[in-house]
Amino acid sequence: MYPEDYYYTKDHEWIKIEGNKATVGVTDFAQKQMGDVVYVELPEIGTKLKFHKSFGVIESVKAVSDVYAPVSGEVTEVNEDLNDAPEILNEDPHKKGWVIKLNIEDKAELEELMSLSDYEKFLEGLED
Amino acid sequence: MMIREPLIFDISGTEKKAFSMPELDVPERKDLLKDIPSREEIEDFPQISEIEIVRHFTRLSKTNYCIDEGFYPLGSCTMKYNPKVNEKVAALDGFTSSHPYAALDVNQGNLEVLKTTEKLLQEITGMDAFTLQPSAGAQGESVGMMLIRACLEDRGDPRKIVLIPDSAHGTNPSSAHICGYQVQEVKSNESGTIDVDDLVKMLSEEVAAVMITNPNTLGVFENDIKRIADIVHAKGGFVYMDGANMNALLGICRPGDMGADVIHLNLHKTFSTPHGGGGPGSGPVGVKKKLEPYLPVPLIEQNEGIYSFNYERPKSIGRVRAFYGNFLVVVKALAYILSLGAEGLKEVSEIAVLNANYIRKKLEGIYHLKYSTPALHECVFSDKFQKKYGVQNLDIAKRLIDLNIHPPTMSFPLIVHGALMIEPTETESKRDLDMFINAMQQIAEEAREDPKILKSAPHKSYVRRLDETYAARNPILRWQPTQE
Repeated sequence: MYPEDYYYTKDHEWIKIEGNKATVGVTDFAQKQMGDVVYVELPEIGTKLKFHKSFGVIESVKAVSDVYAPVSGEVTEVNEDLNDAPEILNEDPHKKGWVIKLNIEDKAELEELMSLSDYEKFLEGLED
Repeated sequence: MMIREPLIFDISGTEKKAFSMPELDVPERKDLLKDIPSREEIEDFPQISEIEIVRHFTRLSKTNYCIDEGFYPLGSCTMKYNPKVNEKVAALDGFTSSHPYAALDVNQGNLEVLKTTEKLLQEITGMDAFTLQPSAGAQGESVGMMLIRACLEDRGDPRKIVLIPDSAHGTNPSSAHICGYQVQEVKSNESGTIDVDDLVKMLSEEVAAVMITNPNTLGVFENDIKRIADIVHAKGGFVYMDGANMNALLGICRPGDMGADVIHLNLHKTFSTPHGGGGPGSGPVGVKKKLEPYLPVPLIEQNEGIYSFNYERPKSIGRVRAFYGNFLVVVKALAYILSLGAEGLKEVSEIAVLNANYIRKKLEGIYHLKYSTPALHECVFSDKFQKKYGVQNLDIAKRLIDLNIHPPTMSFPLIVHGALMIEPTETESKRDLDMFINAMQQIAEEAREDPKILKSAPHKSYVRRLDETYAARNPILRWQPTQE
């Protein structure tokens, strides 16, 4: 279900790292909690993201949720497909439903992220 | 089962009119209106006769649900029954025939109503001054935050951050944001109240205010409120208290005594004005002395028995509403407060709390309660027990419609997943509470025995389950002619 080579945050974002570049999305757990996504507010390309700060908003039938930057960096690409078809975030959150791509500013921040096994343990602790 | 009422556009004919104006006996001056869209220019504007329009809207009104028809436990909204005598008072000729442009000496009675209401609200809340201008709760919130901003800027200490607990009303973050502040969320602890240690860590000289809903959206009273207020004040910040849940506190305790610097009330929730149909509402803002100079103009003053408006307030944030707010809502609130009196208002809160706890006790174990902390005027269950049968809070809510009960607030507060937030208010009888409890028990049993009946609910309503997701993803905001 959850890709093994991704890293995860407590706010249920995932990040896939390739050298200095990264792809960021929200996890399957997050999309299930939110329910049907109806709108995704994406940042502009070139936006400088700060570690743990909100960079976008996901609106579902139940709630409006912030998406937080797992690491600092500059946005290089956003998933435009989410504008017309926000449902791909529900259908394929870990691949086609990615949200942004960015250039990582400070690799030291990666230390704060969870591995898959840590994230799975974290999810087990979230009973409610 | 009712026949589906067509859209007004679909019953439109040609050359039909509901009302004909008498022939003009003065020269026509259409040129004066050239910039204003007129009926002829609106494409496909419906044309129907008077009886068609009356029947159309009468039939539609029969599909509505209202507090006069049945139980309406919409959490956080305080859908209490509003005594009809308040309507009668607000409809007195002296009120309805008066005009805000009339000279002050003929409007003295109206000003007396406003000033008397301000004083009573001060007494009820322990605040030093009020403005009755804001039209509703959210405007009250933003006015309150503007007052804080004005005071901080006046001190030469403009700050950037507003702290808001995750159990606060959903409008709080947007009000703070609109006033130019960055919002940071304070986490709740295991008892569903503000985590004071977390709050202390987040406090700094950059924090303008903490916005606290008390009791919070779990219905839980913030026991540490006085201590929190002291800590915030020591750092030079303000305490905003969202008084939308004041129905739990009347005559028992006062925000002003808990350390709140500014609050708003919802007259249309706590003080008995029908609401839920888009207004009009009223969201008075009360402040402590230090914020009084910044209140919106005009303020009502009384000198030797004469009431007047004072506009000479150099530090005021200015006017926030035409005239002096939704006046007739204030009249209803005054009638309500005077008819109940101090003892009556206290009883309102006591019974509101009793009713919510009766439901909570009766449904405990049948529906999951995430927080065991005692609650006041509302209780928040979740769908956790029903999820194993594939039943979600939405299915439970929709099934209640079949049982002629308005669904509770759903999926809020966000800290309870699958939330069902129930606020019965003080006006429900034990018989009606029992009817609701029985309905909820029946639904819990259906979830176990026959979940399909819940997944496909409602069955008896005017329309069946609507596709909310499709509507939100493909919003059509105005009628469009069908393509031939």
